[in-house]
Amino acid sequence: MIGRVLLALAAAFLVAFLASPDSFAAIFQPFTRNNAPAIYAQTPLWSLTLSHLALVALAVVASTVVALVLAVLVTRPAGREFLPLARTITSVGQTFPPVAVLALAVPIMGFGAGPTLVALFLYGLLPVFENTLAGLTTQPANVAEAARGMGLTHRQRLWQVDLPLALPVILGGMRLTAVISLGTATIGSTVAARTLGEVIIAGLLSSNTAFVLQGGLVVGIIAVLIHEGFQALERIAARRTGLDR
Amino acid sequence: MRPRLDRPGLLFAMIGLAGLALPLVQFKPNRIVLGEGSSLTAAVPQGLMVTLVLGAVLVAGCLRWPPALRLGAAAAALLAVLLALGAAAGHLTPPDNTLARVAPSVGFWLMALAFALMLADALARLNPALWLRWLILAGTVAAIGALLGSGALDGVSVMREYAARQDIFLREARAHLTLAFGSLALALLIGLPLGVALYQARSLRGPVLSVLNILQTVPSLALFGVMIPVFGWIAANVPGAAQAGVAGIGLFPALVALFLYSLLPVVSNTLTGLTGVNPATREAAIGLGLTQTQLLTQVLIPLALPVLLAAVRIVLVQNIGLAVIAGLIGGGGFGTFVFQGLNQTAMDLVLLGALPTIALALTAGIALDLLVRSSRRSA
Repeated sequence: MIGRVLLALAAAFLVAFLASPDSFAAIFQPFTRNNAPAIYAQTPLWSLTLSHLALVALAVVASTVVALVLAVLVTRPAGREFLPLARTITSVGQTFPPVAVLALAVPIMGFGAGPTLVALFLYGLLPVFENTLAGLTTQPANVAEAARGMGLTHRQRLWQVDLPLALPVILGGMRLTAVISLGTATIGSTVAARTLGEVIIAGLLSSNTAFVLQGGLVVGIIAVLIHEGFQALERIAARRTGLDR
Repeated sequence: MRPRLDRPGLLFAMIGLAGLALPLVQFKPNRIVLGEGSSLTAAVPQGLMVTLVLGAVLVAGCLRWPPALRLGAAAAALLAVLLALGAAAGHLTPPDNTLARVAPSVGFWLMALAFALMLADALARLNPALWLRWLILAGTVAAIGALLGSGALDGVSVMREYAARQDIFLREARAHLTLAFGSLALALLIGLPLGVALYQARSLRGPVLSVLNILQTVPSLALFGVMIPVFGWIAANVPGAAQAGVAGIGLFPALVALFLYSLLPVVSNTLTGLTGVNPATREAAIGLGLTQTQLLTQVLIPLALPVLLAAVRIVLVQNIGLAVIAGLIGGGGFGTFVFQGLNQTAMDLVLLGALPTIALALTAGIALDLLVRSSRRSA
């Protein structure tokens, strides 16, 4: 209950701050030195927030779709040969540091939103894929038995049984992907993507703590809200599977 | 017996053959400009033969062979691709030209990817015993070390960047390791007792874990950034702090930020490990007359060891990667090269920072996976 109130307060603060950052200048003023501006004004904060979120949303949607398709493919009879390889790739791939993936995308893509999007997409594939795979392969045996007994075809079983039951776990993977993407997108501003990282980097370069704080605060609150939002969805999806009762 | 088609092999062949068709290296008059591509056949003496052999391995890989044979072929081909890269660099760079750079290009990366995938696939199918896995890991690390030390790759752009700043590289490598392992040590020092305390104080679990959860969600750049003023303030206002080496810029803020990220995995895994111990085992230990301390150190912690080691793996791999960001706030580490390279658009310098980080994270991840497995077997 306290948690929910705090979340609502954080969300309200976020909206108010983005709508009118200058009204909060007094809070950030103590963190500046030599009469530096207290609020980042190079680009409006709301516009940076929107492009940051757009980047993350695009990457998360793309990697979720691709990861879902791949996970379904390797669990079908025709794709089973790829299963051991797929498992190895996901466990090895996740040890790749996201920042390194971002840096390596630059020589291929050039500067801008492109390399960030590619890095977020590639890195985002793994948690969703891993979780979907886990969800599809660890179905309770009696459920699989029942589905077969009811005479469901493979396709029907996938759509009506396997995927709905795996949904909470899939959403968990999407949550990981979204939170990691949000953080990595911040670093994307070092390769000239328009994200909230711009504010933090500007603060670091001009040693203006106020910039660092407001950039960090906005990204941090968004991250926590997304995290909690997905967890709420996971709980609903888990309840709908009816397995825990 | 009719030869059977191997579908993963077909995928590797497609990637690898595309790599053979695309330029292996890029020749650049200096380190910043874009260069022109040169394919394997043109870049290496006897390139045509190497191309044909690699192509043959890829095509043969489409058929089913014993995994051990595939493993050997993939390893040999991977080595050949690396050696070809080194040979191309030596062949293409005019003598006495210190400005020209020969950088790996799309073709190289695709071929390396194809053979690495083939290797991984063969390994996964072979499913070797634990001791053999250790041996393969050690052998691979030793082989890469020997290859780098042999000078066969010295002409490649990344190695040229390395040669130009050997001392700095070693310093940053030490800083990176200090950041990754130092934060891990701190997290274990604080996180383990905290986890044990939470195990005993049930009511505190929810609040503490949710605070740590939120910390974990905060994007790294933001947390690193916020640490700077915090430590600047401590250095300025706490007597003796500045003398002890605390400063707003440098190792300290990065170390503490990484430490904060590491707390959640350590604490929550300690808790999971301890609560996961079979109640009957606990009862038996208490029945034997063990004290609380004995119960914890002789029964619970040894049984929870695999889960604790899993936390060490998560933290170490995560921190090796996140330590790159320390390069942005003057904390040192391989990130220094990455961000310097991005600023100068010198991609070879970016690689000099990114490749060792990836190698380090991979090695740590695989080694700890093996440790977790061995501890699970003995637990």
